[in-house]
Amino acid sequence: MKIQIDENGYYGRYGGAFIPEILHRNFEELSSRYLDILEDSDFQKEFRQMLHDYVGRPTPLYYASRLSEAVNARIYLKREDLNHTGAHKINNALGQILMARKMGKKRILAETGAGQHGVATATVAALFNMECIVYMGETDVERQQLNVQKMKMLGAKVVPVKSGNRTLKDATNEAFRDWCNHPDDTFYIIGSAVGAKPYPDLVARLQSVISEEIKKQLMEKEGRDCPDYLIACVGGGSNAAGTFYHYLNDERVRLIEAEAAGQGIDTGKTAATIHCGTEGILHGSRSLVMQTDDGQIIEPYSISAGLDYPGIGPLHAHLSEIGRTQVLAITDDEALKAAYELTRLEGIIPAMESAHALAALHKLKFLPEDIVVLTVSGRGDKDMPSFIAHFS
Amino acid sequence: MNRINLLFQNKKSRILSVYFSAGFPHLHDTVTIIRTLEQKGIDLVEIGIPFSDPLADGPVIQNSSNIALRNGMSLSLLLDQLKDIRKEVSIPLVFMGYINPILRYGFEKFCARCAEIGIDGFIIPDLPMREYLEEFKTTADRFHLENILLITPETSDERIREIDDNSNGFIYMVSSASTTGMQKSFAGSKEAYFDRINAMKLKNPRLIGFGISNRETYDSACRHASGGIVGSAFVHALEQHPDNIPAAVDTLLLQLNS
Repeated sequence: MKIQIDENGYYGRYGGAFIPEILHRNFEELSSRYLDILEDSDFQKEFRQMLHDYVGRPTPLYYASRLSEAVNARIYLKREDLNHTGAHKINNALGQILMARKMGKKRILAETGAGQHGVATATVAALFNMECIVYMGETDVERQQLNVQKMKMLGAKVVPVKSGNRTLKDATNEAFRDWCNHPDDTFYIIGSAVGAKPYPDLVARLQSVISEEIKKQLMEKEGRDCPDYLIACVGGGSNAAGTFYHYLNDERVRLIEAEAAGQGIDTGKTAATIHCGTEGILHGSRSLVMQTDDGQIIEPYSISAGLDYPGIGPLHAHLSEIGRTQVLAITDDEALKAAYELTRLEGIIPAMESAHALAALHKLKFLPEDIVVLTVSGRGDKDMPSFIAHFS
Repeated sequence: MNRINLLFQNKKSRILSVYFSAGFPHLHDTVTIIRTLEQKGIDLVEIGIPFSDPLADGPVIQNSSNIALRNGMSLSLLLDQLKDIRKEVSIPLVFMGYINPILRYGFEKFCARCAEIGIDGFIIPDLPMREYLEEFKTTADRFHLENILLITPETSDERIREIDDNSNGFIYMVSSASTTGMQKSFAGSKEAYFDRINAMKLKNPRLIGFGISNRETYDSACRHASGGIVGSAFVHALEQHPDNIPAAVDTLLLQLNS
């Protein structure tokens, strides 16, 4: 069975475009143009050049020998943490701002939770001299002061969102509301593989540079272009979408997703949307969402601010439903332990999100000759307060 | 003939439709609010189903939805509250709410309950026409429920024609590129948009909503369509008179007529 998005923006029964009428034209315009723009040779040339010269790609595929020994398999780390701004988010932000420019938009919106997507967007907005407004829940503004200051220094306007629970989903609502008020001149750079058609596919394609590089690098290092396992963490699912993209229909590769169990999937304090969510519609697409019996969205919990989103990209809901992915729920404690393990074995401090993917290594049974590629989606600088709090 | 068509057949101008968030200001105000609105001469009532993430709404309705949910409102409780509403209220009643709580309840079950109670239709701002036609229309038609579609200044003429062809009841004409909320005036480009739509001679009547808060904006809506829809301004009046619903309705009517 071939995994691909259909003309209405669905992966199986997940996806679609459940948006207010006021945004219909914007979504239609983007839907009808994004593939042509992505395939345009000028766009590709500029995007590739900037990924190389500005972002610092290709990111290394690093054979982690001490970690391999500890896990007893051949572990490669795809080092998205070495990108400019410290995470995979910049791949997407760069691609989308180039697209916004092609479409003649002047004003850039973004939502952010931990601040990584906000910083990436503020960075490319500074680079291309465009007005940038970042919506961020007031609670997150307080928790992530360093990223707030970075965005401000980059010239973005950071708007603290006081509605709802004042975190990522509320910031996303507010970005949508802003767009309803400025449909003409504004482009909304969504940070994850979520939202209405065509965003899940657009974000996946922009992040697919990750799997494109893995293929090439693995061939150089192992003489084969596919690993036995690919492992990535999922919140909304952009780094996982990028890590899996060129392998979705390659049945030789087992795809593993690590979602945030928080304190545990049975505790109610969790962000494990695939384990605990039910079918629903949030931010424009049908997928799995954390909700009450009455269909109200539940605020999720995770130690990782990048994974505590109450939904999941429709691609991932579909992959899990058809059994293409194996989804593991990783608790806060398991993630913390895995972050320390990587730091001590390899001298790499991972982002808390990536630490969830690392913890999955201990939940799988590998053969010693298995080749495992795990995406380290970001670096851990922003998470130092959590690491310090936990181990002091 | 259904109640919505009957209303527009009998009344050609100055139709006033009023929205409120069910469960606000108090959990059990629903029936009293609807009854009072009818007694005070309101033509149509939009009963808001509260949702945690109302992304097409401005701050006033966000707040009333949040409080309603905190008060304990849910779609199933709301349907229970309304079970005898047709014993005392005869004006058209429609639900307005986001798609997720309705899907969670079950769209078919929701439609069946609406028909049983005597609800005439619904407005679902995040259910676009294509999705409605493909997935939901057959069920809604079976229960004789009208789906009220929206048009906005961003909607192309071609799409407006398509919406007109797929509507029965009325078209909800959004006044401006905005979320819900009170505006002082519709002068300028909005009037040009209203005129453009008027000139299209659509088969369905239209009500203008979003931003109507005073005599100027309400009169403008009445000049360019069959009437207006008021939401935030009424919710705001309820905030000011949480324990006196007749006074809240009087405040609103005074604001719109003086």
